[in-house]
Amino acid sequence: MAIFEHMGVFAVTPGTAVMWLISLTLIYLAISKKYEPLLLLPIGFGILIANLPLTELMVPGEGLIWRFYHYGIEWEVIPPLIFLGLGALTDFGPLLSQPRLIFLGAAAQAGVYVTFFAATSFGFTLEEAATIGIIGGADGPTTIFLAAKLAPHLLGACAVAAYSYMALVPIIQPPIMRLLTTENERRIRMKKGRKIGAREKLFFPIAATVVIILLVPASAPLIAMFMLGNLFRESKVVDRLTDAAQNSLMNIVTIFLGISVGATMTAENFLRNDVLFIFFLGLVAFIIGTATGVILAKLMNLFTSNKINPLIGGAGVSAVPMAARVVQRMGVEADKKNNLLMFAMGPNIAGVIGTVIAAGIFLTLLK
Amino acid sequence: MAQEVLAALSGNIWKVSVEVGDKVEEDDEVFVVEALKMEIPVYAPCDGTISEIKVKKGDAVEEDDVLAVID
Repeated sequence: MAIFEHMGVFAVTPGTAVMWLISLTLIYLAISKKYEPLLLLPIGFGILIANLPLTELMVPGEGLIWRFYHYGIEWEVIPPLIFLGLGALTDFGPLLSQPRLIFLGAAAQAGVYVTFFAATSFGFTLEEAATIGIIGGADGPTTIFLAAKLAPHLLGACAVAAYSYMALVPIIQPPIMRLLTTENERRIRMKKGRKIGAREKLFFPIAATVVIILLVPASAPLIAMFMLGNLFRESKVVDRLTDAAQNSLMNIVTIFLGISVGATMTAENFLRNDVLFIFFLGLVAFIIGTATGVILAKLMNLFTSNKINPLIGGAGVSAVPMAARVVQRMGVEADKKNNLLMFAMGPNIAGVIGTVIAAGIFLTLLK
Repeated sequence: MAQEVLAALSGNIWKVSVEVGDKVEEDDEVFVVEALKMEIPVYAPCDGTISEIKVKKGDAVEEDDVLAVID
């Protein structure tokens, strides 16, 4: 009767059954609510197959999904490739035309650090706390990149938290931004910055690479690939590479990223007492980041006559471009001709870079 | 007096809501521009009649490009 011992059916535990429910919930949210479907769908399916007993899919050295995980994520291949695509999609114009908006992207990283200290005081190790804090950057690939190096056992939970909050940006952010601003502030129409020429846009990725990597070498894998993608885009001579980085390559690695991240979420990794707490702390990080961005914009307004609409501070958390869309929507709510979208892209992109730098700093200090 | 309708931001023309000869009032929607998967209306800057439309659906436009002229 050996065949029965090898049947998964008899090895199902209550924990794996709970994970199936979580998996089906994510698949449902991805398909019917369109919450980050490109990621949550493969993640959801990855969770399901990782929790079918006796498959050996995640057995080191043997399993199929383990290979995806090991060579894709542990070897740090996939998150930098995603950053290549993001770089190719990014227009630095809005940031370059108003460089002061960089500060808003930096301020929003406060959520990352505050949560880091909060998590350590609640008993998480420094490595775990850094991984939890980075959720506040609302940047999936950066969270995965850092988690794989510092706290692989939390990778699944932190990645799902980051992607969930990105999907929930339109629900989480507006109440905070409304609370911290007055109707008149939301009506502020911003003055256009100067026009940015093609040459400036071409030099920027090169200069930024050198400066950022000299300052925070540990951020090199992500920054280098991001800026390379951007250089492809702005050079205007390698449209095929730009297109491949933005579309086909990005889509391919997204498949492997999603299924591998999902497969790390086995019952014993995920059904721990502290997972709910991680989701809670991640949310706090995200809320603080939103709030500090808005508050800094208001502070900057005390010292300048060229007023900033404080809503755009909320876009300092990365979540590109969802956070910028939220700003646009709230601006138009206050004044239908107030288009803040492109202004919000400034802090939004600065936020991505800021989160990568924050991750680099954690790596430098903790590794 | 002729007045120009300018693109509020760069993107693609998603919809042309008026035709040449249409009467418009200030703040009527004249175009919808698509940027970052958002549809953003462009409103008429004044009352008048549309005398010229310079773009069609799908065109890429830059901020401050002239989209139409109102007489």
